[in-house]
Amino acid sequence: MMKRKALDLWVGVFVAIGLGALLFLALKVGDLASYSTTETYLVMANFDNIGGLKKRAPVKSAGVVVGRVENIGFDTETYEATVALSIDKRYEFPRDTSAKILTAGLLGEQYVGLAAGGDTAKLKSGDKLKITQSAVVLENLISQFLFNKAAEGTKDGK
Amino acid sequence: MPTIPATDNLVEVENVNFAYDTRQILKGVNLNIRRGQVVAIMGLSGCGKTTLLRLIGGALRPTQGEVRVAGKAVAKLSHEERFALRRRMGMLFQFGALFTDMSCFDNVAFQMREHTDLPEELIHDLVLMKLEAVGLRGAHHLMPSELSGGMARRVALARTTALDPMLIMYDEPFAGLDPLSMGVIVALIRRLNDALGATSIIVTHDVAEALQLVDYVYFMSDGVIVAPGTPDELRASDKPFVHQFVYGETDGPMPFHYPADDYARDLYATDAA
Amino acid sequence: MSGMTDFLENLGARVTGAVHRLGFASRFLLLTLRNSGLCFRRFSLVVREMYFAGVLSLIIILVSGLFVGMVLGLQGYDTLVRYGSSSALGVLVALSLVRELGPVVAGLLFASRAGSAITAEIGLMKVTEQLAAMEMMAVDPISRVIAPRFWAGVISMPLLAAMFSAMGVFGGYLVGVRMIGVDEGSFWSQMQAAVDFQEDILNGVIKSVVFGVAVSWIAVFEGYDAPPTAEGVSRATTRTVVTSSLTILALDFMLTAFMFRGD
Repeated sequence: MMKRKALDLWVGVFVAIGLGALLFLALKVGDLASYSTTETYLVMANFDNIGGLKKRAPVKSAGVVVGRVENIGFDTETYEATVALSIDKRYEFPRDTSAKILTAGLLGEQYVGLAAGGDTAKLKSGDKLKITQSAVVLENLISQFLFNKAAEGTKDGK
Repeated sequence: MPTIPATDNLVEVENVNFAYDTRQILKGVNLNIRRGQVVAIMGLSGCGKTTLLRLIGGALRPTQGEVRVAGKAVAKLSHEERFALRRRMGMLFQFGALFTDMSCFDNVAFQMREHTDLPEELIHDLVLMKLEAVGLRGAHHLMPSELSGGMARRVALARTTALDPMLIMYDEPFAGLDPLSMGVIVALIRRLNDALGATSIIVTHDVAEALQLVDYVYFMSDGVIVAPGTPDELRASDKPFVHQFVYGETDGPMPFHYPADDYARDLYATDAA
Repeated sequence: MSGMTDFLENLGARVTGAVHRLGFASRFLLLTLRNSGLCFRRFSLVVREMYFAGVLSLIIILVSGLFVGMVLGLQGYDTLVRYGSSSALGVLVALSLVRELGPVVAGLLFASRAGSAITAEIGLMKVTEQLAAMEMMAVDPISRVIAPRFWAGVISMPLLAAMFSAMGVFGGYLVGVRMIGVDEGSFWSQMQAAVDFQEDILNGVIKSVVFGVAVSWIAVFEGYDAPPTAEGVSRATTRTVVTSSLTILALDFMLTAFMFRGD
């Protein structure tokens, strides 16, 4: 019969290891460390086509993650996608910053890339980005390519 | 604390019927047990003796009739009242039913620790006293798996009497014991009953031991009491069933043979169905 | 022809029997939850059961986790290297473990080791009339015996699943980085980028809690309901392992479909 004290000790060790494992997973394996309690400000951007952009997708500028996609909505008047970006308060962007939807790698996840403009005035919370470029949709690309090819062909009279 | 009723009977069973699913187990049982008595309920397996014990303990509810302990109908008690009543009753199960994951000491101390606020030093002394009464104080540190059958049952007896119950019930206390342990248990049942001023009910089919020990016997068969009486009365009884039981005769009202077809026909049968 | 009707009758009876049993088991669960007050007042009861359910499962969980991670490392590398994506090995190992293998395999191992032990123990207590004796001593066996084992299982499961996943990641690291030579930096950095705390890790934890509840519930119920014979207890133990395993896999599908819908 295990003595009470030894038993308590072992269970304590067990729980400690378990919590340690959880912590390891959260910090080392996952991204809790960068899961900031930092302050962010919200910036809106409208796109014709967001492609496969998802909520919580990264917002990068010059390849560095500066924020996350907060929300994705749909404007029933302009029939555009409205994307809310929460950007780390540490990074300020000029008002004429443009947003593009890019793909990480060839077939990777999609993210929002910000290219800073030259305006001295900075974006404030609630501002809207004026210049946006939609995601490249593979099918459109292919059909455009084929169309161009066909146009070339008829030009040569074939 | 319930008041002591006017009647001298601790347990009263009145016209009790009990059925399990569709099987009628008890068919109108009547008995009264006076305070201070040691009573045996005897009969063949399946006659309803253990069921009767469980009805008295409140583990089962009669389908008809009433079981009263200390004047109160057991089936009608609230949850708290029933638990309060159980604290004043003790039951010794057939093979002891000691808790296998704790030592003998902890087993006996169990009820004291659960139901009282006694300090550990006092519990320590009480437990050793209880074990001393059954002659096993030296074994208090052992685990139930390290005990022999007889010893386990004695420790269980110490556990049963831990809170000085007013009613002690025994379910087949002599089953499977060697003659020495049997003698010890017999002596202990009587001694404890008188020392605690309690009442004891023993369910058994060990005739010799029971008749030697008890004040009164209730013979059961097929769900009813067929022969109540003192041990002497029963030994002298001319009822065939009682006679067969008391003297262990092979044949009588309880036939030796299980119902079967004609013997000759069975032996010489060729390709029946 | 009568064979057919017999078969259908049998089938019908078994289905109604199963539904009956599920109802009985649900009421039993409610009873256990209602009588859990003692568990919180005397937490030492739960701690004691956590030793038997959790601590004694440590070795098998840690070793299995290590091996699973190592195999993931090997197999994952073999496939990824064909597409030139061997640097994504960390991602593959981590996501597989945290999302699926950790909770599920740890759950299966827990069911067969701890779950069967709980069922056997409770069943045995029933056979030897220890539960009845406790009741006769005015101590509620549900509060004292059943509920602590239930809660011990619920608490232990997520911890064991986390340990399994952590060991697995380590195993994948050992094989991928140390043995095969995948770049250590990209192993961890890509993993960190891909594994999201909320989506992956938290969901994995939720899964393991759900599995813990399921396995513990099945284990205590089968033990309590076992016929009080040696054969009955042994069959109940087998039923615990089989039912728990199937339940874990079915729940895993439902939870995965719900959680990883990809919106």
